[in-house]
Amino acid sequence: MRIQDEILQTRPYPNDRFPQIPYDLIREITLAILGIGILVVVLAFGLSSPDVPALTAKQVAQQDPELLVQTELNALTYQSAIAQYGPPYNNQSGSLQALGSFSPQKWAGIQFPIDTAKDYVLHPLSLFESMNPAIKSAIAEWEHASAHQQQVWATNLQKLLPHAHFSSGLMVLPSNANVGPLGTISNVYLELARTGLLEAAIDRVDGPTAVTNRTTSLLFLENQADTDYASQLNMLGNEWGVIKETGNYPGAVWLWFYSLLYQIPPYNTSSAADLMVILTVIGVTLILIFLPFIPGLRDIPRWVGLYKVIWRRYYKKYSVKNG
Amino acid sequence: MRKSKRSNWTRSLRKWIERNLPMNHLFPDTMPVYVDSYVYLFGVLTIAAFVWIIISGVVLTIFGPEWWHVSPVGHFFNSLHFWSVQAFFFFMILHLWAQFWMAAWRGGRHWTWITGWLLFLVSIVTAFTGYLSQNNFDSQWIGVQGKDAMNSVGISGFFNLLNFGQMYSLHIIVLPLCVTFLIAVHVLLVRIHGVVEPIGAEEFAPDSQDVSNMTSPETKQ
Repeated sequence: MRIQDEILQTRPYPNDRFPQIPYDLIREITLAILGIGILVVVLAFGLSSPDVPALTAKQVAQQDPELLVQTELNALTYQSAIAQYGPPYNNQSGSLQALGSFSPQKWAGIQFPIDTAKDYVLHPLSLFESMNPAIKSAIAEWEHASAHQQQVWATNLQKLLPHAHFSSGLMVLPSNANVGPLGTISNVYLELARTGLLEAAIDRVDGPTAVTNRTTSLLFLENQADTDYASQLNMLGNEWGVIKETGNYPGAVWLWFYSLLYQIPPYNTSSAADLMVILTVIGVTLILIFLPFIPGLRDIPRWVGLYKVIWRRYYKKYSVKNG
Repeated sequence: MRKSKRSNWTRSLRKWIERNLPMNHLFPDTMPVYVDSYVYLFGVLTIAAFVWIIISGVVLTIFGPEWWHVSPVGHFFNSLHFWSVQAFFFFMILHLWAQFWMAAWRGGRHWTWITGWLLFLVSIVTAFTGYLSQNNFDSQWIGVQGKDAMNSVGISGFFNLLNFGQMYSLHIIVLPLCVTFLIAVHVLLVRIHGVVEPIGAEEFAPDSQDVSNMTSPETKQ
């Protein structure tokens, strides 16, 4: 009885209905691995791979000090893109995306709170107090000033900045410039950036353990500085940036459909472009995944008939009516 | 001695495998006669590229994420990884298109199609986390650009593109395991259901049969 239970009863196998030709699975996979190996070794030796270093605040301070001061001023006065962004960084609405009342971004709430004045300017500078005591009184003067006074100083610096002269990496303003402590704050900030320690100060790295999350410092240059740099490398979003690589290397071209949507209406004119693109991609993907169950769409291959080319020898040899 | 009526899970699993995936189907030495096109190579070439992704990725992982920025040997292995990924997606997309034009979901093979798509999607996320783990301007730019899309759907809380530690660990452990698992399931489904028959020839009934140079199904049992 037990022996009968163990008798092999193999399910009927569809492929067994057809005549067979010899085949060697292990030989095929081995040759494929060797072939692809030769191909990628040749490509790796011949074409290498891209590796453009990250953009740092030190680079910006050295090459475009005006841009660094502008970025610092925007953070200090809550005018930067991140300060105005909304969730997950704060409760503003500058980059809040919604389709009617549908807004997962709003529902998710503030997950990475960022106070741009404190996190990007005041706290990093306070770490520098022992090396440059002048910054302590400048920060105190800024923090104790009224909001109106702060605005007057910031507006004045904003007007002077395009005409400011930079000498030895420091900003030189007219002696009668009414910018309060902002002259000192900006110059010490430039000094801090030139040391290469600004990102570490922003991320509050104060111990020997490895830093694996640089979210806050990466968001500091994300607007103007990163965009300028990406523009030089032709990697902007409206230039199909997400599927490009630095240099003349192929990028993530398999994201062509995702990137295409950003180039066409209504996506490229919507303030909720990202949300619309993601929802569209999810919808299209679900359709493709469940294609076998969708009448009409699943019949496209039969209508187009490309399969007749793929199986042409079979149809010809056996005079089988192809579809 | 009283006979136990309790089912034996081990025996049930073994019998299921023996019934649905006997060894001669798992490791076939013949194929149906219609398997006669270069189109059939795209799948195996995708797997071959994946093997090289794993080999180069393991070397890069052993020496750490900074190694390839400072060492010519490390840069070579990064190049190997980079071009293996390009080859992987190139052949995977060709395979996907080919299976679409062959309507390869026919004959109860819809799960093979669905796992193939899941494989494609998980591979995209795996490659994306790889781009974000580069620690160069590419990862910096993709991170700050891509964050808007993640924020718009409210998932940055558990998938933060700017968190290198999270992206790197997903890229080198979690997602490769998912891809490997899905490849295994996909290939097993292909072997369980067999290679899809030509459209209009779901049953072998040719007007004229020329079976010279062929092996009958029985001979491989």
